[in-house]
Amino acid sequence: MAEMATEKTVHITDSAFGRLQKLLAERQTPSAGLKISVRGGGCSGLSYGMEWADAPEGDDLVFERSGVRIFVDPKSYLYLAGSELVYVETLTAAGFRLNNPNAKANCGCGKSFSC
Amino acid sequence: MSGLLQIRDPQKPLPPAPAIGVDLGTTHSLVAVVTQGKPSCLVVDEDNSQVLPSVVHYSANGSVVVGKYAKQLAFQFPEDTLASVKRFMGKSRSEFEAKRLASYRLAPGEGPLAFQVSGGPAVTPLEVSAEILRALKQRAHAALSSKITQAVISVPAYFDNAQRQATQDAGRLAGLEVLRLINEPTAAALAYGLQSKKQGCFAVFDLGGGTFDISILKLTEGIFEVKATAGDSALGGDDFDLSIACALLEKWNIENPTPLQRQALLSAARQLKEQLSQETSVDICFEEHSATVVRDDLKQWIEPFFKRINFACKRALKDAGLAEGEIQEVVLVGGSTRMPEVQHWVEKIFGKPGLWEVDPEKVVALGAAIQAHLLCGTHDAEVLLLDVIPLSLGLETMGGMTEKLLPRNSTIPARATQTFTTFKDGQSGMEIHVVQGERESAKDCRSLAKFHLKGIPPMAAGLARVEVRFAVDANGLLSVEAQELGTGIQQEVAIQPSHGLSEETIERMIKASIVHAQEDIFSRLLIEQQIEARRVLAELHKQMKAHADLLSAEEATSLWEASKQLEALLETTQEAAKLRQAVLALDNQAKGFVERIMNHSIQSVLQGHSMTEF
Repeated sequence: MAEMATEKTVHITDSAFGRLQKLLAERQTPSAGLKISVRGGGCSGLSYGMEWADAPEGDDLVFERSGVRIFVDPKSYLYLAGSELVYVETLTAAGFRLNNPNAKANCGCGKSFSC
Repeated sequence: MSGLLQIRDPQKPLPPAPAIGVDLGTTHSLVAVVTQGKPSCLVVDEDNSQVLPSVVHYSANGSVVVGKYAKQLAFQFPEDTLASVKRFMGKSRSEFEAKRLASYRLAPGEGPLAFQVSGGPAVTPLEVSAEILRALKQRAHAALSSKITQAVISVPAYFDNAQRQATQDAGRLAGLEVLRLINEPTAAALAYGLQSKKQGCFAVFDLGGGTFDISILKLTEGIFEVKATAGDSALGGDDFDLSIACALLEKWNIENPTPLQRQALLSAARQLKEQLSQETSVDICFEEHSATVVRDDLKQWIEPFFKRINFACKRALKDAGLAEGEIQEVVLVGGSTRMPEVQHWVEKIFGKPGLWEVDPEKVVALGAAIQAHLLCGTHDAEVLLLDVIPLSLGLETMGGMTEKLLPRNSTIPARATQTFTTFKDGQSGMEIHVVQGERESAKDCRSLAKFHLKGIPPMAAGLARVEVRFAVDANGLLSVEAQELGTGIQQEVAIQPSHGLSEETIERMIKASIVHAQEDIFSRLLIEQQIEARRVLAELHKQMKAHADLLSAEEATSLWEASKQLEALLETTQEAAKLRQAVLALDNQAKGFVERIMNHSIQSVLQGHSMTEF
């Protein structure tokens, strides 16, 4: 019964939190949020999109960690529930990744998955 | 390492959406785009592959799979997995060749040619092509991170009006604005013309999976003109596979192979063919049979195709008024030109080996991308592209003869006008039958459209003057107008494309696909909430039974009532949001109970242990 009480969320990990805070400060829009969406497309059928948004729109769900907010529209949330956003820096690239428990297959380009 | 997501800033302007070039091939398809002045192919399938197998699988639950996964499913579901569908584009039922190894189920009844697949209604070749284009569009979108709306799609030079129309409609159905249909050899020429800047006469020898095209091109001062085209729209690597498979069937005395055996054997034949391009001898095993095949066997099996290829090449040369010796280079296009035997044929026909400076499998897509780039407007170099119509266009005249208005290999866009008259005294109407082909008898040509010009004023035979105007646009698509000059009566000509889908049907299909997309999302949301509600209810009832001692009578009644309400709502509501609220409310109501169960469980675990043990 414990499971029933836990609301699934989109979790902002420490790495992503730090990076988002920095980017928001650089952009001089500390009140803006990150809109994450899932669209058809990509080689595995569905793909992620991320862009800045000033405020949540319509029925967007809002996930917050100490002032850093993520907006997800309800349709995309179907595919994103329980995901965690991480920020990765390697020698050759830096960027975000979504660890998505709903994804059955991820593709090489990382932008796309299937449920 | 790619694979990482970047955040897009809506305050910064988007890069302009590029127009893509699509090589919609019989066996595989590619998409290319020009970035920073250079064309390149995009990754469109698993394993970072730039080649998407033109295979579409329709599964029982209604979902559609395109590409490599679909190809893998062909073994298991040979009847629901459609390959090489380009062969059937714009063809009517009567033209459908019941090939010995084609395992598809033709949908029964009249109407356009369609295949029966599981998980939905029968699909037309046009719709299957649209699925491939849609997949290419979406994957190009993902690869470029920018919205794709415009495309140039390549077609074999030999495609007739109906086949071109079907290709263009497939593009529209996939949500693409088709800027231009480009002949495959012309696209290859464009890729070469720009990249190597050569002058003179060239042949483009394109042997792909399903079609053979030979084109004679003339390049002068950066302008190139297609002088002649010839070919065979039913000859390619698929036919080689078929020949090999048939030869093996014969060799092993297998009669009436099952669909599964056919697919497996065709795939084995293809593998054998590809291996023989690298090695001189290959061992093949199939079920309990085995054989060793050498290059000479393969040569013998595919030898009949050489005659057809040679004939087409000779005809194209004759049309262009050139001798073999005047061809400076032969450009090889298509995966089948990788076969040593085919390269040998080229040398035999043209007296010189073929070129493959640009990857023969990608050259068409790259050329189409260059064309798309040019049509988008933001280009520096002006390239004038002249193309030709592949088959003569004309009218049926009295006695069933053909009157050619536009002869084969006319450069397009093209126009032609001819005046006809009445045959009988007082004749008030005239049937206009538009045909395409080289035959003198109209019934041997392909019928494109038939319409009736009405309202001709009664007069003596031979006095009425009906002007018929043919116009072929830059895509090679034909429109026909007829006008009675005495009265000015003009007939609105609705050319019904022979693939059987009218404009309205296509509009309807496009609209339906949008409407259904929304429905699909809503039904998915609802189903997911229903599943969640059932899960919560089952869990609650289970826990209420197991831990009845942790509930007061009052609590039990109210929880029971609440769960009854949710059950009732589950049966009646179609709104996912309502259901979700009800689930959350019940969840909330059960919170105290849940906490007590948790505490109870922890205590029972702790019982009998001292804290130091932990």
